[in-house]
Amino acid sequence: MTAPGRAAAGEAAVHPAPGGGPEPAQVTRSRRTTLWAALGALVIVVILGYLPYLVLSGTTDFLVNVFVLMTMASMWNLLAGYAGLVSVGQQAFVGLGGYIVLILSNHAVEPFLGLPVAVAGCAVIGLPVWWLVSRLRTGYFAIATWVIASIFELIVVRFPSLGGGTGANLSGFENLDPTLLTAYTYWAALAVVVLVVLFVYLILRSRLGLVLTAMRDDETGARSSGARVPRTQGFVFVVAAAGCGAAGAIVIISQLSIEPTAAFSVQYSAEMIFATIIGGIGTIEGPILGTIIFFALQKSLAQYGTWYFIVLGLVAMAVALWAPRGIWGLISERFGIRLFPVGYHLWPAGEQRPRGRAALRRRSSGTAPAGPAEASRGPGDGPGPPPG
Amino acid sequence: MSWVNAIIQGILIGGLYALFACGLSLMFGVMKVINLAHGDLAVVAAYTALGVITITHVPAVWSFILVVPIFAVLGYVVQRTLIQAALDRSVLTTLLVTFGLSVVIENALLQFASADSHSLDIGPLVSDSIQIGSQISIAWLLLVIFVVAVVVLLGLQYFLSSSWQGRLIRAVADDQEAAQLSGADYRHVFGIAGAIAFGTVALAGLAFGMYSSFDPTIGTDQLLLFAFEAVVIGGLGSLWGTLVGGILLGVVQQIGAQIGPSNQVLAGQLVFLLILVVRPQGLTARRSTA
Amino acid sequence: MTDPPAGELVTGGSLTGRSGAALLEVRDLTVHHGQLRALQGVSLTVAPGEVYAMIGANGAGKSTLLRAISGLHKPTSGSILLDGQDLARLRPEKRVAAGIVMVPEGRRLFPSLTVEENLQVGASYARPGPWRIEGVYDLFPWMRDRRGQLAGQLSGGEQQSVAIGRALVANPRVLLLDELSLGLAPAVVRRIYQTLPELLASGLTVLLVEQDVSQALRVATHIHCLLEGRTTLQGPPGDLTAEEIEGAYFGLAGVNGPGGGREAPA
Repeated sequence: MTAPGRAAAGEAAVHPAPGGGPEPAQVTRSRRTTLWAALGALVIVVILGYLPYLVLSGTTDFLVNVFVLMTMASMWNLLAGYAGLVSVGQQAFVGLGGYIVLILSNHAVEPFLGLPVAVAGCAVIGLPVWWLVSRLRTGYFAIATWVIASIFELIVVRFPSLGGGTGANLSGFENLDPTLLTAYTYWAALAVVVLVVLFVYLILRSRLGLVLTAMRDDETGARSSGARVPRTQGFVFVVAAAGCGAAGAIVIISQLSIEPTAAFSVQYSAEMIFATIIGGIGTIEGPILGTIIFFALQKSLAQYGTWYFIVLGLVAMAVALWAPRGIWGLISERFGIRLFPVGYHLWPAGEQRPRGRAALRRRSSGTAPAGPAEASRGPGDGPGPPPG
Repeated sequence: MSWVNAIIQGILIGGLYALFACGLSLMFGVMKVINLAHGDLAVVAAYTALGVITITHVPAVWSFILVVPIFAVLGYVVQRTLIQAALDRSVLTTLLVTFGLSVVIENALLQFASADSHSLDIGPLVSDSIQIGSQISIAWLLLVIFVVAVVVLLGLQYFLSSSWQGRLIRAVADDQEAAQLSGADYRHVFGIAGAIAFGTVALAGLAFGMYSSFDPTIGTDQLLLFAFEAVVIGGLGSLWGTLVGGILLGVVQQIGAQIGPSNQVLAGQLVFLLILVVRPQGLTARRSTA
Repeated sequence: MTDPPAGELVTGGSLTGRSGAALLEVRDLTVHHGQLRALQGVSLTVAPGEVYAMIGANGAGKSTLLRAISGLHKPTSGSILLDGQDLARLRPEKRVAAGIVMVPEGRRLFPSLTVEENLQVGASYARPGPWRIEGVYDLFPWMRDRRGQLAGQLSGGEQQSVAIGRALVANPRVLLLDELSLGLAPAVVRRIYQTLPELLASGLTVLLVEQDVSQALRVATHIHCLLEGRTTLQGPPGDLTAEEIEGAYFGLAGVNGPGGGREAPA
């Protein structure tokens, strides 16, 4: 097959060979692994979609929790891993999303309809919050987000219609068969996490994603290249607010009640931060893997009570210190895999794109073609080399 | 008017807040580290004192002689090992590590000490108060705590401005590399700052434990946020700023409580937000440092 | 250490006890900034009492060399020797105790400290020697009246003087001066360099980096030119022609041989 014949969607021949010469250099957006990964992801999502027909409600309830954390972790990863905004206060929007659904259901709006409204509401409220905190630098930004979450809680508690300090139950599902409710909740959660991950992937694949990746690697460098850093950060902040709001809406729907201390608890931040750090900050796959590890840990340590959080915290600290790219970072570097095609791959001239078994052989021998255009340094690596 | 009483209460409590805050402010000013476990350390100090009292039966008031120096040493060690390792990586890592530390401490306390509230029993002193006129009632303990806090802050200020070690701390805070070129090992200086931070927050935690009650989660629920708010309101860069911030926070909270008992904490948060919007560098700082 | 007799220039042989032996030696030094190679196989020898000037265009690697000698930057390969002792293990603060003190590029005073406090910090880990804070005030008389002023409020030239003073009170054996002239008016630069003889008289050796070639030529006992991390020219100023220096500075091929380089005999 010659180069011109192979030009397909997403591929571009960079230096067309003068008739019949060696393979030209090519730039593509995906590789064999990503095709397999995409197929695999599709299969997994379809299977997950069928689960309510196959398993008991205990499992689907558990998976709802997994999806919720995966959503929040992906959002925190976008905030901290790409936009450089380390927030310890995302629980503000998790709680807010839940309470928006509650308010709407008190006015006879079906909670599942309340979900998109909660998302929009959190995005809207995210704007003035961003204006308040945007001027603060890292450490101060972190605590300020925490204070904001605390303020949200203190405000909510003053409204008896929202249940005040003791909380309230969610109405609107009285006529729904419980099994159906579990299934609908599950599908809603699944839809949210799939959409969120897809959205993150699309953002990172776009031009905005280039800016974010540049910011991830070196904020000063990104600014001097003309990237609109504050505007991008604001956008990401609002997106993260919306995403966490969606997660909060799912939480109240699945628990059928809400209570202010739990809804605005810093525990949510702890969970999403630990999951992202352990999984791998600054990558799309990281939060997903981290969530899985998180729940695996939780399951195995469940009988030891608060011990699992202690272990989790220690593991997260250890990973932050000694494996700052997380578990996915280790895997990704070792095997050169990237599941979500957000980078560019350069196939030097004269090299055939490996196919089939040859692809596996080349990867394991470490002579895979030049890696994707994403910078090789991840976040948390500290400042780059000094200029000049 | 009990307003006067409220304001006086606020000023006195503000001294305690300032004591909480000065360690946070020092660690940020010198090492650029925001210690998210700061509040929890105060709680650990209180629990440690509780343990010491239970075992040795010393009067609660003497517990600080043991606990504060232990925490100062602990502060040096933790700074030189854990926090320095995180600093060598990046600012993000320090936030994550101190956050992780906070979670670990709280859950460890929950595991070993239960979620119940405790208090450091100092006998009748806690309820003794001075009466001035018919409206003003000042708790002895609170007055003592205020005086101690101001004395400590004064001492710290003097140490920083006039001593050789204090000068080095300020130099390292200004320019770490230039300090190295003058022969100072900045890691050691960081350690000293950490020791001071841990020592003062332990003292503050003990005082809090005597005056009020504590439980495993109060470190993050209240203490960290109060300390941070005091720093922001007063402004980074000087201990006077921290004292002013603490006092203002205390006063605002007490006034809020006068309006309605549930408004106490919220009033403080709102003033904090106001300062953030209107004058983010704080009331006493000259240039923007936030 | 006794004060030098007035009027005589002491070359510092009494410092090492081995007159003529190298005080500071750099052997085949290679330094990287991340993946960028800033210095490639640079070697030099500084004898006691010398004024050794590094010249070269921006980015040639001069400041990197000083940073490596002071310990702020770890070299990839090669060695740095003081009195024959390899400094590799010593952290920057320990090198001050060994006698290497740098006046960094851009002055880098402590802005929130006063002039006097800056000097006091410099003296915190001082070696025994002739320089005291009072001596610095004698060297720069204006400083005495302004000792209580915050360092951040001084002009560039004043800051440069304080920075030099801060280094002096540590009583170095080798004083590293990084780009003294940067951002300063020529008259100010000249005045500062005029203090050099007095520094040498107290027994110092000076290794300086200077972008202003004519200024360097005026004060140096030895010139060393870098281009893109490599040595292109070395030698006492009297032995070098303007053409050779120009060629070495800009890397003009054919002036000093194919690479534009000429090394003085070791």
